[in-house]
Amino acid sequence: MTIDWLHFTPWLALAGGVLIGLAAALLLTGLGRIAGISGIFAGLLQPFAAENGWRWAFFLGLLLSPWLLRILHPGQPVFPDADIAAPGQWLLLLVAGVLVGYGTRMANGCTSGHGVCGLARLSPRSLVAVLVFMGSAMLTVALLRHLPGGVS
Amino acid sequence: MSLLLACLSGLIFGLGLLLSGMSNPAKVQGFLDITGAWDPSLAFTMAGAIGVAMPCFFWARQRSRTWLGLPLVLPVNSRVDRRLVLGSVLFGVGWGLSGICPGPALVGLGGGFLPAMVFVVGFCGGILAFNRRSRPAEDA
Repeated sequence: MTIDWLHFTPWLALAGGVLIGLAAALLLTGLGRIAGISGIFAGLLQPFAAENGWRWAFFLGLLLSPWLLRILHPGQPVFPDADIAAPGQWLLLLVAGVLVGYGTRMANGCTSGHGVCGLARLSPRSLVAVLVFMGSAMLTVALLRHLPGGVS
Repeated sequence: MSLLLACLSGLIFGLGLLLSGMSNPAKVQGFLDITGAWDPSLAFTMAGAIGVAMPCFFWARQRSRTWLGLPLVLPVNSRVDRRLVLGSVLFGVGWGLSGICPGPALVGLGGGFLPAMVFVVGFCGGILAFNRRSRPAEDA
């Protein structure tokens, strides 16, 4: 293992993390809800689910956040340049999306619900989920990047 | 009031994802790439988020209502079962393949980031496919 010092941005990463923690704290202490994004979004896909109002509001906030950043930091690109011209890239993103949608419903949580909120409340169930999805994601990237014939 | 608060929380959450680099798939894959040139930045994101949220969960555990007077809905499911593990394996594979997890996917959808928009189509499909197969249980 080598450290990629060129791309290492600890302070920005920490500041972003603090904001994520604040957002989760606000939702918990004010609304009494867990900021689990896969669960919130899945709720929206069941249009007749009760108490979806706060979910729509949270979703709207997420959607607007890149526009707020564009106002705060004009001229700075908010997202990296994305070159997904190859049809294989589209297919890869679609398949990845299906796996993430199906997997997070099956496990009842993702990086936010299990990763941030679950670990913050010291839930053993969430710790298992985090160790498993981190492990499987790391293995996937290792195979994708370092297998002979792998991409990038 | 509670809707405004939920919207503000989503806004701050999204800003955090953008600022930290979680919404940059290449950065996420660099963090997951421990066998290559590893970029540990996002470990600081997790530490910062958990560090801020943890005292609030301790506060919440000792109460039954929020400062808005709403009931505190905390998860009660503590079972570690096959479903949790298998679901997390699938999620990890998808996350590794794309460098995108649900939060950044929705932030990217809002901001017009094309890879995230394609991802969300599959994401919806995966959720609906799971719901068809079994009833959703309680969340993390």
